[in-house]
Amino acid sequence: MNLKLEENNGNTLVQVREERLDANNAELLKQELSRLFEEGKKRIVVDLKDVRFIDSSGLGALVSGFKNASSRQGVLKLSGLQSQVKSMFELTRLHRVFDIYANADEALESF
Amino acid sequence: MNNQIDIQIKVPNQTRYLSLIGNIGEDLASHLQEYEGDREALAYHLNLVLTEAMVNAIRHANANDPQEEVVIRITISDKELVMLVFDHGQGFDIGSIAEPACPDTELIEEHGRGLFIMRSLMDSVEYRKVDGGNVLKMRKKL
Repeated sequence: MNLKLEENNGNTLVQVREERLDANNAELLKQELSRLFEEGKKRIVVDLKDVRFIDSSGLGALVSGFKNASSRQGVLKLSGLQSQVKSMFELTRLHRVFDIYANADEALESF
Repeated sequence: MNNQIDIQIKVPNQTRYLSLIGNIGEDLASHLQEYEGDREALAYHLNLVLTEAMVNAIRHANANDPQEEVVIRITISDKELVMLVFDHGQGFDIGSIAEPACPDTELIEEHGRGLFIMRSLMDSVEYRKVDGGNVLKMRKKL
């Protein structure tokens, strides 16, 4: 899975550089987020601007990251949702759970 | 004029083929000449429900066995689109999968959204036993 990690003033930006976030690669994102929280990272932004397609497994990986963050007094935010990806968050009501920003810069500045 | 399309495709029971099947569903939306709704949304939805149905077959019915296979059949007529996803496994009880009647109560669950998504985007979703396995049938009126 193509993930790009950047550190920014103590915040971690995870860019998902895949067109699809689905059952074929979601587990890898889940593991990576879990690893980052175990390393002690507290503030993570997952940027989805390259993701055109997300399925229930992709949503599940992000929910896993969100729960992981919450249980460690950390925060996980999302940015860059394309319109159809955003519609999946709305269908499943997950847009009420996540803090979602237009782009990664806005998400990072919000910390 | 006959606008009937009938596609059958067989792939190994592996998630690496999800994009292949999903993209076929997405491309089909551009061939639905009579469809008057939002074609771009329909394309995405067909990609999504085929992906979800495949994952159900791969993980739950065929128990992740990479030697197994999944057969997908898509039939399109003027009025209706039917997608069948066949597995050769033990299957699962679709009734045992709780319907998230109000997704808010399930918000924070990691799993269990696949069937909800299929039911939300299609007009009907059924799962039943057939010779040698099971079939998940999704229908959408056009």
